[in-house]
Amino acid sequence: MINITVNGQHHEVDADPNMPLLWVIRDILGLTGTKYGCGAAQCGACTIHLNGEAVRSCVTKLNRAAGQRIVTIEGLSANNDHPLQLAWNELNVPQCGYCQSGQIMSGAILLRENSNPSDQDIDDAMSGNICRCGTYQRIRAAIHKAAAMQTEGAKL
Amino acid sequence: MKKLIVIILLASVTGMVTLSFRPETVKTDKYLISPKDSVGSVKAFMSVYTVLKSARCMNCHPAGDSPLQGDDSHIHTMNVKRGADGKGLYSVRCSNCHQAENTAGLHMPPGNPKWGLPPANMRMVFQGRTPRQLALQLLDPKQNGGRTKAQLIEHMAHDDLVGWAWHPGDGRTLPPMSRPAFAAQVRLWIAKGGYAPSAKAK
Ligand code: FES
Ligand code: FES
Repeated sequence: MINITVNGQHHEVDADPNMPLLWVIRDILGLTGTKYGCGAAQCGACTIHLNGEAVRSCVTKLNRAAGQRIVTIEGLSANNDHPLQLAWNELNVPQCGYCQSGQIMSGAILLRENSNPSDQDIDDAMSGNICRCGTYQRIRAAIHKAAAMQTEGAKL
Repeated sequence: MKKLIVIILLASVTGMVTLSFRPETVKTDKYLISPKDSVGSVKAFMSVYTVLKSARCMNCHPAGDSPLQGDDSHIHTMNVKRGADGKGLYSVRCSNCHQAENTAGLHMPPGNPKWGLPPANMRMVFQGRTPRQLALQLLDPKQNGGRTKAQLIEHMAHDDLVGWAWHPGDGRTLPPMSRPAFAAQVRLWIAKGGYAPSAKAK
């Protein structure tokens, strides 16, 4: 049994310690918001937060997460009201949507560390998240918008 | 008194005789201490250099702020950047993909617990350095991470991340010599005086 905390909930998982975390999250815990794109750390669709870092769960083994704290897209905010989620909704960022949980999970790390990112900062943080539909321009706009909302929110 | 003088004389004569039969190099139980030898030292460094310039070493000692990948040392995909600590930026931290060990399979992320580039304030660039530049840089504590010669040898011979180069995972070529052979050349380079090759050496 391996203990992990996912979105604040404690789980005891009975699985091979070498199983990719993505399999655990999707197939064992049933949290299917996190997507499988490449399985080779090349696309970012499977991005989750492991102790606050945007880790790619397709190449991360379950045993790396033992006793650790995981957040998936389902747990990013209580009511889908993270500034990124609000901005994404407002600007209709997704096309097919497949890459978008990964995009938002990566963007959340950027906004946590840089409250007013430039276009260059966005490129530096987001270039590893591939979107086959090419929604990059809307992703950029939505990150800028979310940054502004976050700053506004902090003022209130 | 006379006796004492005779004893002292005898002792010093025996000492001198013994000394005159000592070979030029002294073998300690650790390694050979050779006298300074600029030709031998430079020769040893030139083999060290072939290893440092191999893709497995140079790819994480780039001239720019992006790591390199592959045997052809192309720029790392995904716009990966060094960051202040050498471990990446924002959501693109090295350990987000690179695990504590190699991930099995061709073109999968290689791994080590210390995976990363040198930090931004101590870039330790190998790419584009001539043999002379690299030798001088390696010996300069201001550019080598504050290492003494002994620590430099230790790093090359035993550091775990350096050692990854000889266990790089599927599809990656190895440096041109084994790690013990490499470490021996580093020791020889320094034991013979730690000379830098001439500016013309390539
Ligand atoms: S599925 Fe993990 S990076 Fe593509
Ligand atoms: S919205 Fe389709 S892959 Fe990004």
